[in-house]
Amino acid sequence: MIEFRVVYTMWLREMKRWWRSKPRMIGSLSMPILWLVVMGIGLGSSFSIPNAAFNYLVFVSPGIIGMSLLFTSIFSGVSVIWDRQFGFLKEILVSPVSRTSIVIGKMVGSSTVSLITGLVILFIVILLNGVSSLVLNPISLLQTVAFMSLISFSFVSVGLVIASKLTNMEGFQMIMSLLVMPTFFLSGAMFPIENAPQWMKAVAHIDPLMYGVDGMRSSLTGISQYPMMVDFTILVAFCVVMVALASHLFSRIE
Amino acid sequence: MNAIEVKGLAKKFNGFAAVDGINFEIKEGEIFGLLGPNGAGKTTTISMLSTILKPTSGSATINGFNLATQQNDVRMSIGIVFQDPSLDDELTGRENLDFHGRLYGVSSKERKEKIKAVLELVELEEKADSQVKTYSGGMKRRLELARGLIHMPKILFLDEPTIGLDPQTRRKLWEYIKRINSEKGTTMILTTHYMEEADFLCNRIAIVDKGKIIASNTPEKLKQVLGGDVITLEASEPESLKKVVGKMAGINEVTIFGDKLNVTANNGSTVLPRIIKVAHDNGVSIRSATLKSPSLEDVFIHYTGRAIREEEADSKNAMRLRMRVGWR
Repeated sequence: MIEFRVVYTMWLREMKRWWRSKPRMIGSLSMPILWLVVMGIGLGSSFSIPNAAFNYLVFVSPGIIGMSLLFTSIFSGVSVIWDRQFGFLKEILVSPVSRTSIVIGKMVGSSTVSLITGLVILFIVILLNGVSSLVLNPISLLQTVAFMSLISFSFVSVGLVIASKLTNMEGFQMIMSLLVMPTFFLSGAMFPIENAPQWMKAVAHIDPLMYGVDGMRSSLTGISQYPMMVDFTILVAFCVVMVALASHLFSRIE
Repeated sequence: MNAIEVKGLAKKFNGFAAVDGINFEIKEGEIFGLLGPNGAGKTTTISMLSTILKPTSGSATINGFNLATQQNDVRMSIGIVFQDPSLDDELTGRENLDFHGRLYGVSSKERKEKIKAVLELVELEEKADSQVKTYSGGMKRRLELARGLIHMPKILFLDEPTIGLDPQTRRKLWEYIKRINSEKGTTMILTTHYMEEADFLCNRIAIVDKGKIIASNTPEKLKQVLGGDVITLEASEPESLKKVVGKMAGINEVTIFGDKLNVTANNGSTVLPRIIKVAHDNGVSIRSATLKSPSLEDVFIHYTGRAIREEEADSKNAMRLRMRVGWR
């Protein structure tokens, strides 16, 4: 059973914390912007994708939006570890509300933060590329936002799953190098997966972010590896599984 | 009606009995204390009664609700001040209270009133809109006490409410606790290893050691068990001193703890000079002697042969026990 009052309460807290913590906000925005400028413009000026109709900045833009969503979402989900260390999780868990509502509330809150960050990056992407080099209309924007939301929700859940298993921040570096960075690099954000060696292609296909980036590339540039519906379906399935897993694991915390 | 009834409650961690079948009842409006050293099982007991931990065996009713089957009703009936801090440092004091009120389904209008009232009660009105990370330890504790009252619980759980606070702040907190109890009639169960705290606050006390309740009564009655005064002697050979003193007339009991000796006597002030003389005659040297009315510490020594304070030095052991009941 989901109590909307609880979901709203959790969401509200997440918003307040986010709004109050300007360094975190600036940090989560500046890195993707740095990547866009250095990689997109810098690297793009002496490197182009073979047989591609558009320049590298256009190619890499959906990838950087994906990266921003991935990082913000996972970290926001993992932040539950802090709540546990500072004892606040106890206060939440002994309240007379369902655990599912708490988890969903946390997910909605964290996803909102991630989505807002992603939308700012999208806006900067449009500014840097110019309106004419992207496919921009209400439908393409709506599709992009749908993919962004799915990516956010999925990876917030991944963060929560990690947090339910990890009791302190010591394992954090490991998560960064073994999970987050590979997910980013193999998502096709930086280079087209089609041209990669066979083994890397195989690994990339189990990377859920690949379908998210491909979906956004499809809506924003009109060119993609898979039809948009395929990306969408796979991502929805992944999202549902992760949300269910996170809720399940969370309800078992003692 | 009893606010809390506990029957045979036990909790085992990997075969180790942290709480070993305890029974007690708390009447409505009472302040009930669980007094004992660190690692005695007090926090584990509180954790079970507040639905955080599942008991291995035994049962309990809280505010008339069954702990095992009516978890949400139990949660709604209680407010908790945890041993370790449990505030959101990034939020302001007021926001922490508001968050709590929302979670417990307190209506918006009532929330405003309650927040104002509890802030006034713990005298935090001026700090209410600062982030909690700017608060001192005592202020955080007061805020947590206030938070536990937002949803007007029938019963308040206080787990070591003044641990780590300076004596002045502790006094202040005691006043708030007393005031809440007398003004609102809130039943309270508190754990502590501070004798003075249990003595000052509690109507009744259960002395807990190694997961068991070894004595339970009002502080006065517990102290009466010793009869009269307590003379604490420090001697180089406590064993031989015990032998000598034990034979004397007018003495109720002799207990050794560490290198000290507790002697209880109905009329301590006349017994003490005689003890010193007898010891001298028998060639046993006494390094120091104090005469006082019995404290709860002496009661604990009477039942266990150890001082509560001795246990504190064994912090590693306490730490290990706390790890077990932690949130992992």
